[in-house]
Amino acid sequence: MIQVSGLTRYYGSHPAVRDVSFRIESNEIVGFLGLNGAGKSTTLKVLAGLLLPNAGSVRIDDVDALEAPDSIRARIGFLPEDPPLYTEMRVRDFLLWAGRIKGRSDSQIKARMAEVLKICQISHVADRVIDTLSHGYRKRVGIAQAIIHEPDLVILDEPISGLDPVQIVEMRDVIKALKKHCTVLISSHILSEISQTCDRILVLNDGRLVAQGTEDELSNRMAGSNEIVLTVRGSRDALDKVLSDSGSVLDHDVRPQGDVWRATVNMAQDDREKLVWELVGAGLGLRSLGDSEAELEEIFLGLTAGTQP
Amino acid sequence: MRGVLLIARRDLAAYFNSIWGYLVVAALLFFNGLAFNVFAMGKTAKYSTDVLEDFFYWTFGFIVAAAVLLTMRLIAEERQTGTIVLIDSSPLSDWQVVAGKYLSAMGFLTLMIALTGYMPALIFVEGKVSYGHIAAGYTGLLLTGSAVIAIGTFASSLSRSQLVAAVIAGVIVGVLILSWLLGRVTEAPLSDVFSYLSLYDRHFQPFQRGRINLEDVVYYLSLTFAFLMLSTRWMAARRWR
Repeated sequence: MIQVSGLTRYYGSHPAVRDVSFRIESNEIVGFLGLNGAGKSTTLKVLAGLLLPNAGSVRIDDVDALEAPDSIRARIGFLPEDPPLYTEMRVRDFLLWAGRIKGRSDSQIKARMAEVLKICQISHVADRVIDTLSHGYRKRVGIAQAIIHEPDLVILDEPISGLDPVQIVEMRDVIKALKKHCTVLISSHILSEISQTCDRILVLNDGRLVAQGTEDELSNRMAGSNEIVLTVRGSRDALDKVLSDSGSVLDHDVRPQGDVWRATVNMAQDDREKLVWELVGAGLGLRSLGDSEAELEEIFLGLTAGTQP
Repeated sequence: MRGVLLIARRDLAAYFNSIWGYLVVAALLFFNGLAFNVFAMGKTAKYSTDVLEDFFYWTFGFIVAAAVLLTMRLIAEERQTGTIVLIDSSPLSDWQVVAGKYLSAMGFLTLMIALTGYMPALIFVEGKVSYGHIAAGYTGLLLTGSAVIAIGTFASSLSRSQLVAAVIAGVIVGVLILSWLLGRVTEAPLSDVFSYLSLYDRHFQPFQRGRINLEDVVYYLSLTFAFLMLSTRWMAARRWR
């Protein structure tokens, strides 16, 4: 379990992260979302032990990162956006070295090597010089160095940036496989990736944590309780007239969806029963009615609205 | 100690795996050999001791230059390529990292110094020098190399540019070599300080002449320790910046 409390970090007089608190349970995959300059990288660097916070604490299973930084670093694996690799080394030698500087013995590393190579899908390139590998494989070697020492927390900063579609799918499998072994914290600008791989999402904005929860929880929060989605069969004009004349509808948006119409309706209050009567009374066929679910992009934009330069 | 050796072995291997290490060795041996033939041996008759002294004079300069060139990449390159993250996120202390870097460069430089051994050996073909003189001179070269490597390690920790690191190290070493001049134009006690700091004039010349003074050994070791400490402090301070 990772507990971050009141984390604050300044660069000079500029606060990069302010009073950020969150908790991550074991074997969760948590996504970090935020605009550039939101404080994601600073938070990740503090968690990885690269930077020290001005205030607040980071604890892993009740061990404080400030009180025992060396032992905490031994329990964390970190992959920055550009994989830190000694490109003149062979993959296997590099992983052996990475495990050693994390404090593992040769026998421990060799016992784990095959499993790590398998998880990261790099067994067939284990004896190649890193310099000869493609960007996708280098990313995987980067992940391998982050997990070779069996860390409790793996931090991945933009793990799929620069990968082609096939590599992205493969990387997704690698990340999901990590969940069986450790807790994973991912930072990414690619919202669909966060949506597909993460159990929970943390949204940072202007150095503060503005939201956290599952995608559904954030979606419900953004959608509010009075936005509904209808699918209706019938005349477009009739549908527009009903929605315009209804006293309970504030605004609406109608789009074709196959041979029916999909209307997103924002209501002043939850007065769905009355709206259903009005639609049926106008001879329209009501096929479905439900709560609006915001997509992750909409959630993200909603939570960070008004802060873009 | 395991952490220090891990860093040292990897960095030492990096010297042998890159063209840079071989280039520095080749350049040192070429120019040192040239200087030995043209200036130390010369065309006029000389005492063997003078030849040996001249050899140590020239080798001092080449070793200082080689140490600056070898150390400029130590930490700057790690920051440039981002691999410093591997070290910073590891449980190794900053002191272990700095000591490992220093040891790797010192190991490589020791090898380079050893490769110059054929030149004093050539003196025995037509002359005779004491083994004690040779041992004292090489002790001086190793101590000088140690101090300059520590200075270079510190300079390399200051910047992510290897060129900038080399310039900073060059300036520090240059000031130390020329400080005897400052000692001449200033008055005591400042002149004593500048004179004492002189990397070559005051502290290497005794080695060059075959004498090992405790004062000179302490000077080079103090310089080494001071700059390694500065490197460690600077590395640690980065976590706060």
